Amino acid sequence: MAVMQPILDKKTSDRVRDQVERGGVDWASAVFKWSLISTLLFALLVLGVLLHDVITKSWPVLTDHLGTFLANPTRTSADETGVFQGLRGTFWIGVFVIVFTFPTGIAAAVYLEEYAPDNRLTRFINVNIRNLAGVPSVVYGILGLTIFVGLLNGVYGDVAFSRGNTTAAGGLTLAVLALPVVIITSAEAIRAVPSSLREAAYGVGATKWEVIKSHILPYAAPGILTGTLLSLARALGEAAPLILVGAVQGKLGPRTGFFELQQLGEKFTAMPIVITDLAKQPGDDWIPVTSAAIVILLLVVLSFNAVAVYLRNRFEAKREG
Amino acid sequence: MTTTLGGGSLESAGVLAGSRRRQVREQLVRYLVAAAALTSVLITGGIVGSLLYRAVEFLINLANPPAVDLEAAREGIGFANLWSDQWAPRFYQFDIKTLLVGSVIVTIVAMVVAGPVGLGAAVYLSEYANDRVRKVVKPVLEVLAGIPSVVLGFFALRWIAPNIVQRVFVEADAQSLLAAGLGVGLLTIPLMASISEDAMRSVPRSLREASAGLGARHKTTTLSVVLPAAVSGLVAAFIVAVSRAIGETMVVFLAAGASGNSAQFTLSPLERGSTMTAAMASQASGTDGTISELSFGSLFFVGFVLFVITFTLNLIAAGFVRRVRQVY
Repeated sequence: MAVMQPILDKKTSDRVRDQVERGGVDWASAVFKWSLISTLLFALLVLGVLLHDVITKSWPVLTDHLGTFLANPTRTSADETGVFQGLRGTFWIGVFVIVFTFPTGIAAAVYLEEYAPDNRLTRFINVNIRNLAGVPSVVYGILGLTIFVGLLNGVYGDVAFSRGNTTAAGGLTLAVLALPVVIITSAEAIRAVPSSLREAAYGVGATKWEVIKSHILPYAAPGILTGTLLSLARALGEAAPLILVGAVQGKLGPRTGFFELQQLGEKFTAMPIVITDLAKQPGDDWIPVTSAAIVILLLVVLSFNAVAVYLRNRFEAKREG
Repeated sequence: MTTTLGGGSLESAGVLAGSRRRQVREQLVRYLVAAAALTSVLITGGIVGSLLYRAVEFLINLANPPAVDLEAAREGIGFANLWSDQWAPRFYQFDIKTLLVGSVIVTIVAMVVAGPVGLGAAVYLSEYANDRVRKVVKPVLEVLAGIPSVVLGFFALRWIAPNIVQRVFVEADAQSLLAAGLGVGLLTIPLMASISEDAMRSVPRSLREASAGLGARHKTTTLSVVLPAAVSGLVAAFIVAVSRAIGETMVVFLAAGASGNSAQFTLSPLERGSTMTAAMASQASGTDGTISELSFGSLFFVGFVLFVITFTLNLIAAGFVRRVRQVY
């Protein structure tokens, strides 16, 4: 039988026993943990103060004349101004993102994950998309101003007196802005599809497109939908690119209906732009309407976010369970 | 009679490949999705091309100013106008350092807020929180991330500036770079938190277990094992957040208080100022319809500088992320 050598010398083992048996509070650990928690509480506090601030300030408008506030165009008096044109612009921008960005982004993700060979071009495209996602939104405005506004000026000419600063130019600009995020999140969702699913489908003789259409896309759908909704919400909240594309700040001319296609060739504004304009007004008279416009934009944007997060959590739980 | 794959007649190969229509459809889909992927390259080309073209055009105009501008300017126009003490395109003062310093001030203030808060939140979520806490806390950060920047701009202008900045610093202006920086910082917290958390979660569990097995406290494991192991990812998170803060427009446009598109050079965060992004937005929203091509062109020049800076930062961050992947 071998003689057991103590691992620790007497002095150290006594110290350890002392520390363990003393049973005191580990202050350093507690302070560390609570300083971590305080950072989270800080984030929560900021969110609470922000929401409380805009909701209380907007309360007079929301309770007193919400109907006219939603239906009125932008006016030069704080009591009469409304967000009709802002909502209309934001609606059409959403249409552009859905019509252009969603199909293009998902198709690009399908190519990168299912078709693309592992070569230089593919790696370049991947790096390129990641870089695009990091380009400041205001720079997309320059793209819109140089290319879309110029192109659409040719299409619509001076008929609409818009000089190309149209709803269509704004919509296309934000559609382009949203594209990289849609591609990245869709590609991630497609990558998460188990390869056994593909192999089973190929095994029974399906072609590549058939595998993608009836197995990969349906399986990846929740992930794709989450990503697309988040990018849509982000696009609807963007103001900077629209300012560069020439969205109208302040009063906007004649009023066309909400759903009229003619609107695409005319000057436009959007909710974030309306808020910018209202926020820049001096004095305190405009604070309630600004806050009310913010509450409406937050309702739109955060409800897309909420649906996206809900979908993700639900399907994650299902797959794990 | 059965045909086996090994039988290898030409006829059966044709059957396996499917009908002609099926083949055509396969090819068509392949081209369509490839075209979609290539649009991203087209977009980059469009951005770089339009920035370069218009920025160079601005510099050429500056070297050989159009007659209209020469008459309007009190003194001569030339490259010397890129270095003075103010940014005021209307008066041909294109002092780019005014904007660069403004951007740096806003970014430093923003990172003083977003760095510790984002990192702290990430450490807690990754190392301490149980699933129940995560389910509550994550959505809070996600809601914060979903708030449009124009909303935080209004909040910085109408809440942070009077309630925080002007109370702490009595001499501060009603609009200031500090207020804008704080707003940008709040906006950057979720980004900083989510990338840092990813970095720490990619640290293998075995490292934590080994540390705990040696008798380290949870705090010691976190500080001396997990954080050093995740450091590349944390640096990447910081750089991405810096890049985001530099590129943030609306908060600065609303809360920093450059009136019109003009700002004096200042080193003080308590004064009004402008940044690259705010200058671009102000220039584009100028109501002055008769503004000259030279003045307006400054927008593209600033945009080009901004693009180069953020692009470089993003490339550096991507390098750090790659290092994390190589280690584990």
